[in-house]
Parts: sequence; structure tokens; C-alpha cells
Amino acid sequence: MLHTFHKGGVHPPQSKLTASQPIIDIELPRKVVVTFSQHIGAIAVCDLKKGDHVTRGQVIAHAAGFVSTNIHTPISGKVVKLDRCKTAFGHPADTVTIEASDEDHQSDLDAIESLSPVRDDDTAMSLASEELIKIIDDAGIVGLGGATFPTKVKLTPPPGSKADILIVNGVECEPYLTNDHAIMLANSEDIVRGIRLLMRAAKVDRAVVGIEANKPDAIEAMTRAASTCRAIEIMPLKVKYPEGGEKQLIEAVTGREVPSGGLPISVGAIVQNVATALAVSDAVRYGLPLMSRVITVTGPSVKKPGNYRVPIGTDIRSLIDIAGGVPSDVGKIILGGPMMGKAVVSIDAPTIKGVSGILMLPLSMSRRREPEPCIRCGACVDACPMGLEPYLLATLSRFDRWEDCEDNKVMNCIECGSCSYICPAARPILDYIRLGKNKVGAAIKARRAQSK
Amino acid sequence: MNQLLTISASPHIHTSRTVSWCMWQVIVALIPALVCAFYFFGIGAAIVIVTSILGCIATEYFITRYLLRAKPTIANGSAILTGLLLAFNLPSNLPVWIVLIGAVVAIGIGKMPFGGLGCNIFNPALVGRVFLLISFPAQMTTWPLPGENAWNYVDATTGATILGAMKLGELSPDGIDLWAKAVGFAGGSLGEVGAVALLLGLAYMLARRIISWHIPVSIIATVALFSWAIGADPLVQVMSGGLLLGAIFMATDYVTSPMCHRGMLIYGVMIGVITVVIRQWGAYPEGMSFAILIMNGFTPLINRYIKPRRFGERRSSI
Repeated sequence: MLHTFHKGGVHPPQSKLTASQPIIDIELPRKVVVTFSQHIGAIAVCDLKKGDHVTRGQVIAHAAGFVSTNIHTPISGKVVKLDRCKTAFGHPADTVTIEASDEDHQSDLDAIESLSPVRDDDTAMSLASEELIKIIDDAGIVGLGGATFPTKVKLTPPPGSKADILIVNGVECEPYLTNDHAIMLANSEDIVRGIRLLMRAAKVDRAVVGIEANKPDAIEAMTRAASTCRAIEIMPLKVKYPEGGEKQLIEAVTGREVPSGGLPISVGAIVQNVATALAVSDAVRYGLPLMSRVITVTGPSVKKPGNYRVPIGTDIRSLIDIAGGVPSDVGKIILGGPMMGKAVVSIDAPTIKGVSGILMLPLSMSRRREPEPCIRCGACVDACPMGLEPYLLATLSRFDRWEDCEDNKVMNCIECGSCSYICPAARPILDYIRLGKNKVGAAIKARRAQSK
Repeated sequence: MNQLLTISASPHIHTSRTVSWCMWQVIVALIPALVCAFYFFGIGAAIVIVTSILGCIATEYFITRYLLRAKPTIANGSAILTGLLLAFNLPSNLPVWIVLIGAVVAIGIGKMPFGGLGCNIFNPALVGRVFLLISFPAQMTTWPLPGENAWNYVDATTGATILGAMKLGELSPDGIDLWAKAVGFAGGSLGEVGAVALLLGLAYMLARRIISWHIPVSIIATVALFSWAIGADPLVQVMSGGLLLGAIFMATDYVTSPMCHRGMLIYGVMIGVITVVIRQWGAYPEGMSFAILIMNGFTPLINRYIKPRRFGERRSSI
């Protein structure tokens, strides 16, 4: 019996069009736009001026506090613009635009060509935990599963708590996305190195890599790469959404339930994505900061769907052009997967660290169905991985009953979308729950501020 | 790219199941019982079923179109299902006008005044049935003997059901041929006669995940256990009357049953207990309809106090 989480879950069609396809390195762009808020936490501070020259891998914005992170430029060049522009979701964001001259471009290509390790494995593995965390911090590494929480924060547990297991997330339960799958095939050795470094940094002596059983080749590659390290276990998991949710994955692997309102560390677990482990390996072994990542560009009518390694800051439109351009029947473009990804308002915006996929859905799949009355079938209650009653929360929220929302644990919702997905009446359950979370979250904050 | 992009919050994909799909799946699950009804009751079954379905559709159409002035909701299949289930709860020689009254009451009182599909407190088909049972007790409790006069709607030979006869002391439990009961050679309402056909329907709905096992299993198990404990024959009790029809198709009605599994178990056990109590000590030979309606009334209360176990509320096992 394969391990899995025990509460709720749904089985959306997997639609992994690009499964097992090799990673394609896209050409180094001549121009990038880098935003300063690519992570959860304080916006990074940029002290560059127009006309400054930067080199590839240089920090262009510094972490502004503990929960924040550095941002690096993926190309050498001149700062041509510092301004506010719109992100793909239409929010304003401070950005810097860097353009490479021919010499800059050539020197970057040479540097990529002649990449060599700055530390061998023995040296890397002899680094102390603090030194490793410093390297990870300097390299601007954030959780690449999508939440973009600064990795160093997760590695420095609050006083009094101690982790005993590192869980590495290679689940990739979102339909369509195959970026983690691709790196597990192409970079399994590097990922295993990254896991060992993360274990050392977090001072844990056991790691489990959870991979859904629909990726047998990735399970095989990772098992082979980890065969020399007995502390790392590769665990195939039963295919079920949202297995890659942090709390669900911890339960699937260890049987421990993160208490309501608690963090993974409260049950002794630290969860990191496989792509994060790869970034850690690159940072420690090659001295490379986080300035590129693998993005799945996909969709039912995309001409050349694939897994592309992309310098972070490349604009979304040129990445889509590489994948064959925007299909003529497009109706919706999503950053991330179809269950939790966000629809964009514009593709003339830069990629950021948290983008795992670009999904283009045809118009026929873009519109929601007309909602019908709730028939109280209980499918949402069955599907909720957090054991909540989505139908009730949605109704309470619809009638502005925020206190009842709070009593019914609206804040436990992880917004996985299983309830809205499964509802036969196509009711916008999660929309109402998000509204409830928003209101209740604000009320809790206000109460805290008052009691201080 | 000249098109406008659609912006909406996640999730961006949706199950292919719809409300009408769910309704039609239940109707599909009723096909074996339907075949049984036609086989045993012939023309009478056809007349009652068609009348009941048309009556329900017409009532719902009339109310949505002319009283509420809203878009008719016939297409979601729920009125058809209510009509079919109502017919399954009626004797096959019931006069057409009584069937029509049942259909009007089911939809016009049991369902639409509460706000239509999803809002009713009581199972509409059972509201119709119980209304008829109380208003026309004689017609509602004479059942044509199955098989004997399939093509005779008006003057069929009639007889009491097993439970009715037992209640009156005319029949001892030893004289019951269970095999006949299992395939349908015993008197009863349209949908009560073929236990095997009903169980086939249950198997189909469980396999397609239309319903979960909690309600039917808890009702059947409770009735069997409770009957056994008070000295009645559990098998006779489970296979007789509307128990299987009720446990599989009536009590599992989405709208009027609890939302979470624990609630469903409580609901099912209580229906079982009330059914046996009415059968054993009540005035009526048959208690399933009343038991379900009573527990329908408790469903909001169950939903309010019985919550699913939330993730993270168990003590962690470190």
C-alpha cells in the first residue's frame, strides 16, 4: 500500500502533456526586468542607479529583514530603467530593467560555458550549519514549490522547537505541471546533494522524498541517485490531489498532523521542494545564486509545450513565443497549475521565482459553468483535505457571518480548490471562503493589535 | 494575441459531474427496480410511473414559470427523480387522480415552497406518499398481487403485504418464502418488491460514488440488529416493506440527509430504530416513510452539531 494523506482529496485529470520531456535551456535574454518582491516577506531594497553596470549573479536588491531575501540579476548589463510597472496579475511593483551589450552577453555565455565547482562535495559537506544557511540566504533561495517562502527562515526553527525529519516535496500533484518531474530526471544527483546539504543545515539526520507514483521514472532516478546515502528515503505516494500540500505531505509521509494554526516544525518536520534542493546544491557547489528555474509551458493547444530552464526576469511573452506562441484559441493564461495557479491579466510582465508553470487554456475551458443551487450532496465535505465544511463556510461568508466562519475554522483552509473543483452544482465555494478568510484574518489581526 | 483573457480565481478546472448528471445516475440505478416493477405489475406500473413523473414535472414547471416567474428547472432531472421515487412508493392499482394529487403535494408542498431544489427539509417523494397514505388509507394499502394480473389495471386481485398480514396476526413469520421476496413475488408498492434489483441499484451507486455506504448500511444493520434483539426475524424485516427502497434511495436523498459521514451514521441508525419501533409497536405495519421524514427534520440539527474531524485536531503521534 502506497502512503497518502487520509482526509479528503480529489482526482482531477492529470493532463501531464510534458511528462518526462527533457529540460530545454532557453537562450540567455538580452534584456530582463527584475521585480523586488518575488517572495513572501518584506520587499527587497534596491540601491542601484540608472546607468550602473551589473554582472551576472550580482545582488541587485538586498533582503530587507529576516523574512525577506536577496535578488540577483541573471544577466550582465546596464541598468536602463528603475520604475514601477505592472506584474502579470496587474499589481504595481518596483522593477529594474537591465540590458546587456554584446560584450556583456558574450562574457555571460563564456561564464556559463566554463562553469566549474567552487567547492567539492567533501568541502561542502564539512561546512557548518550556520555557514550553509548563510550561503542559502546570500543566494536568495526561496521555496520553489510556489509559496516562495525564504528557505533560510524554514531552516532556522524558532527557539525551543527542533526538527527531526526533512521532507522533500517531489509530489507535483498539480495537473499539467512537470517542472519538478523534469529536474528529478535531469538533476537527480544535484537534488540529492542539495538534500544532504539541507539536512546538514537543518541538523536533521533523516530525509524522505515524496513522489507521486505517476512518475515511476523520477522515482527510479532519485532512488538511484540516493542509493549511496542511507539517510535519504525515496517514498512513492498514491496519486491524489492535494498531496503536495505541506500539511498533507507531512501526514502522508510521517502520519503526523500539523495542529490547527501550527507550523510544520511543531511536529518536527521541515518541508522543502525538490527545486529548492537543486537551488541549494547550485549555490553551495557552484556558487550560483537563484537566478534561473525550470518552468513548464503547457496547455491543450500549445504548439511546443515543454519544460524550459529560464533566467528569472525573462518576460513571459518571449517565453511563450519560444513554446510556439500564444495559441489562437486561448481564453485564459495561468501562472502555476490549474488547481491553485493564478490567472494573469497580461503576459507583458517578467517571470519571478515562484512561477512553476505557464498554462494556457483554450476559451472552451476558461469560463466557469453557471452555478446551480447547492443540492447538499456533501461532496465538498468529502473532498476537503482539512476536514472542514466548505458548503457551510461559503454560506456563512455569503451572509457576512464572520464570527461563525471563524468558529468553523475558516482559517484552516489551505485554498487547494478541491471543494470548488468537485461541486456538481459548480458553486464558487472557494471564492466565498477566501472572502471569509480575508475578513476573519483582518479581525484576528485587529484583536491582537488591541490586546497589545 | 487580440483576445481578451478571462480572469477568475482558482481552481481553473472543474469536474465533469453536474447536478443533472447526479440525478440521472440515480435514475439509472433505479432501472433494475423499474424492470422488476414492469415485470410484476405490468400496465399498472407503467400508468402509475408515467402519471407520477408527468405530474411532478408539470407541477414544478407551473410553479417556476407562472408563480415564481423564474427559469424552469426541469432540466436538472430532480422532478423526474421525485416522480419516479413517488411512484415506487405507491401501489400499482392506485387511481390516476390519486397519483396526481401525490405528485402535486410532493412538488407543490414538499419541495417548491421551501425554495426548490436543495432547500427542502423533507424528502418530497415521501411527503407525497405520506400525504396519500393518511388521506387515502384504503387505496394506499391494497396491493395487487405481483405477476398474477400484470395487464389488468382496474380490477386486479389484491392482497396485503407481508408486514400488513403479520401486523394483523394473519401470517406467522415461518410462512414467509424469502426467496420469493428477494426476487419480487410478494405484494407491495411498485419499488418494494425486488430486493435483488434494489441491491443492484445500491451497488451501482456505490461503484459510481454517487452515494457513500454510510446511510444504507447503517439503516439496514440497525434494523437487522434491533429486530433480532426483540425477537423478530431480521431477514424478513430487512427484506419487507419499503425498507430497502427507503434505505437505498429515499434516505440517501442528498438534500435531506446529513453532510458528513458521522452525521450520516447517526441519521441511519436513528431511521433504523424508529422504523422497527413503528413496525413493532406502532399502529402502522410499515414505518420507513415516517422514520425517514422524522430524521429529515433532525438533519439540520445533526449538521449543526456533528462536525467532521478536522485536520490537526488529533493529538499528534510523535
